[in-house]
Amino acid sequence: MNALLAFLLRVANLCRKELKVILKDPAGRIVLFAPVLVQSLMFGYAATLDLREAPYALLDADHGQAAVRLVARIESSGVFRRVATLRNEHDIAPLVDAGDVLFVVAIPPRFEQRLAAGEATPVQLILDARNSVTAGTAAGYLGQIVARFNADWRAEHGGGGMPLTLDVRSWYNPNLETRWFMMTSMIAVLSMLQTLMLTALSVAREREQGTFDQLLVTPCTPAEIMIGKSIPSILVGLTQASLVLLIATYWFGIPLAGSLIELYVALCIFMVACVGIGLAISAMAANMQQAMLYTFVLMMPLVLLSGMTTPIANMPVPMQWLTRINPTRYAIDMVHRVYLEGAGLGTVLGDILPLLAIAVVTLPLAAWLFRNRLV
Amino acid sequence: MSDTDALVARGIGKSFAAAKGSPEVLALDEVSIEVGTGAISALVGPDGAGKTTLLRLAAGLMVADAGTMIVLGIDPARDPQAVQDRISYMPQRFGLYDDLSVQENLDLYADLHGVSREARRTRYTRLMEMTDLGRFTARPAGKLSGGMKQKLGLACTLVRSPELLLLDEPTVGVDPLSRRELWDIVEQLVREENLSVLVSTSYMDEAARCARVTILHEGRVLAAGTPESIRGTAAGLCFAVTPPAGQAARHVQAALLDDCGIVDAVPRGGRVRVVCTKEATARDDSLPAPLAGKDAAAVEPSLEDGVMLALRAKVHRDFATAAAVGTSTARPPKGDGKVIEVTDLVRRFGDFTAVDRTSFSVDRGEIFGLLGPNGAGKTTTFRMLCGLLPASSGSLRVAGYDLRRARARARQEIGYVSQKFALYGNLSVDENLTFFGGAYGLHGARLRDRMASVKAQFDLDAAARTPAGQLPGGFRQRLAMAAALLHEPEILFLDEPTSGADPLARREFWRRITALAEGGTTAVVTTHFMEEAEYCDRVVIQDEGKVLALGTPADIRRQAGERPQAQLDMEQAFIAIVQQHRKAERGSGQAAA
Amino acid sequence: MNAAGPDRRGAFLRRLAALVRKEVKQLLRDRSNLMMGIALPVVLILIFGYGLSFDVKNAPLAVVMEDTSPAANDLVAGMRLSPYLDPRPVHDMPQAERLMLDREVNGILRIPPDFSRRLTLGDAHLQLILHGADANTARTVQGYVQSALQAAGTREDSIGSVRLEQRLWFNEANTSTWFLVPGLVVLITTLVGAFLTALVMAREWERGTLEALFVTPVRPVEILLAKIIPYFGVGLIGLAMCLLAARFLFRVPIEGSLLLILLVSVFYLFVALGIGLLISAVTKNQFTASQVALIVSFMPALMLSGFIYDLRNMPLVVQGVGRALPATYFLQTLKSLFLAGNLWPMVLKNCAILLGYAVVLLAAARAKTRKRVG
Repeated sequence: MNALLAFLLRVANLCRKELKVILKDPAGRIVLFAPVLVQSLMFGYAATLDLREAPYALLDADHGQAAVRLVARIESSGVFRRVATLRNEHDIAPLVDAGDVLFVVAIPPRFEQRLAAGEATPVQLILDARNSVTAGTAAGYLGQIVARFNADWRAEHGGGGMPLTLDVRSWYNPNLETRWFMMTSMIAVLSMLQTLMLTALSVAREREQGTFDQLLVTPCTPAEIMIGKSIPSILVGLTQASLVLLIATYWFGIPLAGSLIELYVALCIFMVACVGIGLAISAMAANMQQAMLYTFVLMMPLVLLSGMTTPIANMPVPMQWLTRINPTRYAIDMVHRVYLEGAGLGTVLGDILPLLAIAVVTLPLAAWLFRNRLV
Repeated sequence: MSDTDALVARGIGKSFAAAKGSPEVLALDEVSIEVGTGAISALVGPDGAGKTTLLRLAAGLMVADAGTMIVLGIDPARDPQAVQDRISYMPQRFGLYDDLSVQENLDLYADLHGVSREARRTRYTRLMEMTDLGRFTARPAGKLSGGMKQKLGLACTLVRSPELLLLDEPTVGVDPLSRRELWDIVEQLVREENLSVLVSTSYMDEAARCARVTILHEGRVLAAGTPESIRGTAAGLCFAVTPPAGQAARHVQAALLDDCGIVDAVPRGGRVRVVCTKEATARDDSLPAPLAGKDAAAVEPSLEDGVMLALRAKVHRDFATAAAVGTSTARPPKGDGKVIEVTDLVRRFGDFTAVDRTSFSVDRGEIFGLLGPNGAGKTTTFRMLCGLLPASSGSLRVAGYDLRRARARARQEIGYVSQKFALYGNLSVDENLTFFGGAYGLHGARLRDRMASVKAQFDLDAAARTPAGQLPGGFRQRLAMAAALLHEPEILFLDEPTSGADPLARREFWRRITALAEGGTTAVVTTHFMEEAEYCDRVVIQDEGKVLALGTPADIRRQAGERPQAQLDMEQAFIAIVQQHRKAERGSGQAAA
Repeated sequence: MNAAGPDRRGAFLRRLAALVRKEVKQLLRDRSNLMMGIALPVVLILIFGYGLSFDVKNAPLAVVMEDTSPAANDLVAGMRLSPYLDPRPVHDMPQAERLMLDREVNGILRIPPDFSRRLTLGDAHLQLILHGADANTARTVQGYVQSALQAAGTREDSIGSVRLEQRLWFNEANTSTWFLVPGLVVLITTLVGAFLTALVMAREWERGTLEALFVTPVRPVEILLAKIIPYFGVGLIGLAMCLLAARFLFRVPIEGSLLLILLVSVFYLFVALGIGLLISAVTKNQFTASQVALIVSFMPALMLSGFIYDLRNMPLVVQGVGRALPATYFLQTLKSLFLAGNLWPMVLKNCAILLGYAVVLLAAARAKTRKRVG
């Protein structure tokens, strides 16, 4: 009992020291929290695949009533903004080449005449597919606009409604905003980046500044030192997660569907897994530069293959298998489920168990690396 | 101002903030010095005196706020590059490239200075001889010991003969053998190539070899002149006291140092060398009042005596407070049992044996010195004793615990002060002490008591809230010792505690250590100041991983060949022992071949 | 003075060569540098080429068959033909919802009991419920379902309709790899040029290796050039790997001139090196330098250059920031040179902008790198 108390006191003492070292000077605090703020706002506003006032050009060779109505529908969608009105087909290429417009809608001559004659009248849509996602999204919107135009045209010309109507609803994100997806992913990703970097640097910094020897001659055991490094990193990581959470909920108004407590429990488990990785890096790195570079090299795949940038389901199968050892993958899924879907911890067990497994592998690995490098 | 001066500074002023936000400090105030062409000039003075700032101004790395500086006829503030093309400068912390080998670091500087191939061949041979780095040319600089790094930095600075050489404490952490070699080279360069040198140093024997000495203190020139003129100020004030039989020199020295009628007292060659104040010294031939009744004889003054005289006139330091280092728990009196027992200790790194079958033991309350040239295996031995490095073979018992089995227990009983400042720089003095107290299991009222007591002992109360990294050097060292003594360890390990420290700080340091030893704490110390070995009860001299000599300072001097008619100081004794050993090694090597 | 000319140049070259040699040795000996300079680009190439894709294929869709008539079965059979959809018939809504919760499916298509009856009346409704968490995938799936149902939804009669003829310029295959790979070049160049260079230069400031170096005949410009040359080389290696991978692994067309691609990349590499050196000269500290480099160079290159996220979809302020970034111009030029061809007006304009940035940044780095300590 006494031994346990002494152990706890020593760990608490180490944690207190670590937090002070990290948070003491204003510059350090800024470095910890300003990037998170900037990044979450940047991601919130910039990381969007939703169209917004996408510029387009119109080439109307007909000028009839029907063409005007079709164009009016495009313009009133609120998604597109006409930046040029062309007279000649030759004007299309320079405009698209220069990237001034995302697409050009070309209405052929005799458009209204052919439509009235009951023909399936082609309207050309020329898309700049250098960014294929934006192009695809624009094509999707335009398809819906044209479908509605057709339905109304039929109704007006006595054809009755379309025989088949698709009623679309969307769960968890009614307006299909990319931001909802991005910001909730950020809760896990940004805190992961910092936890990893802090843990990896903590030992390297002490080694570079010579304080590590001084620490090692105290009666603190390597395990205590490791725990003393982990807890502060986790606390900082959770604080950052909270910061992103606040921005997501209050600044961007994304409704939190699940329970806050369950979200934090889930995040804690994730942080433990990250700390294991961070400690393993710090045990291997000889100095701060190495720790930073190793962390960075590792971070890239951890983030890119997490399902945040592109869905895991789109990857080739071997790559999908590889993502199974990526803690971020589970964390993002977990946060999405709890935050957006309102799932409980029982439902996300499929994410929690792999995270625990990762922690169970990396923590002893870090301990082993420590022992074999240091003492 | 004469045309023959390589460097002339008049009324130099420079102030800057130690850290962002802290108030500006006057680092140099109305400083005027000159460095004669073809001669060596020395800057001496305590920490924070402004020696480094002055050298950086001369090198064109800083611009003065006031005054004029002319280096080789050029104003370094206006045309720094023209100065830098013609001088060589060794900063206090020479930034070697750790990934590059010794040879590659040397080549880089030779290339930058445009040293020709032929010139290199002879110069390299000489430099390798001086630094004893010849064996390690292929080793990455990052893998060298602290002293060897310093020597390599020096070698990089000396790859060419500049018109003016600026050296900022070039021999900190360098062993006496290499120090002697270095000075031989510099003096040879001065003789043969009419080199001008400005060197800052805390070794008075080095300053004594210079043509001119300037004593700086808190940014002002305290005194300047030839070593003879400075030494002359102490004429008639210096005495050697022979301690009564059965009493160690350091006990007599400690008592004398606390006397206000005495400027300086140090153990030297089994006796105590004393400088008395002018007031205390009688006009007639009788002994000065503080020495009354002692076996004392007048001696010739040394440069150190003169410098101490000048410094003590400005600095009031009460050594008695330093000595008030009591321990709250009474320790068993000294001499009962051994607190460290080392038997057949071996440590190998790959196929390199750093420590080779070393055995010794240390008694309770003893001051034990670990001496040896750079790379002799001192640091490795030291790290093994502290449990920072496992031994390859042999047994190690510290404070009654076998280090292989009960490392954590043993650590509770030791305090460790590393060579480099190793506390948390951005935490305050109090925060550092709280943390290390906690790490040793102190908390609550007990921790508060101990903190209050060490802060009082080490005079840290005024700085309690200052971040440790912003403290001046002397304060840092006191803080490091305070942190190591919080838990009242049985053994205190000190790795080159006086490296780079000025004479005053060193007196104060040893006064504390001797007081601690009186209280029953054992101290294990490494040092490159051989005269400091005189404070030790016993010393061990290592070279190439082997023990060359073990015994009291007097034993060591005898082993080195001291005779009553030819007294040796510790430095001469040390050099003699190491050279005897190396000669014997070489001899047996040749015999085997 | 004339006689000193060649002499001075000789000394300059000798010192520069010595510093470059030192830099290359350091680079080759530190494993972490090599990992950053060589291994990370390889990993990124593989991830971007093989891992990342916006192309939704075989999207699983639960189809609740509340109507089991031939018409409903035909509908599902029709969807099965689409390479983009993977319909999975289930019996009831609860079962479908469970699949949705487990993220086994991207959406639910409900065929109500009266589907076939109402279809004959010309008034059938289908319900599509999308898993909206991943909005982009949801939108794509919606598009797929819509077009799969188009066949069933059109009626042969004499009423006209508009048919959208879609033409994708520059990326006929419509694969996201084609637009991701040029972006990868930007990312890798930024990493090596700005991030790695900032770090190694800041290390010299921090560790005090410069103090002794300063008091030698070395000129600041030589110190900077000695950093630029090797890391320029590392950047070129990364660039070459990217180009080779693009051409031979991912078969991205290179419509424009390879020479132009190299030229514009070299310009951008100088910009990145300028950023890195400037950051290190200002911060003089590894950790701060790495954080600043990430925030001002790497993150914006990833987020605000139009790499993945189209600049045109962002709020105006953010667009403004994006347009101030050199990476944006580099990326625009690269995408065009890869996918569209030598669009001279744009290439020339962007090259001029990049060159301007390079000159300004390198000059600023030079001005900030002064032989001063303390």
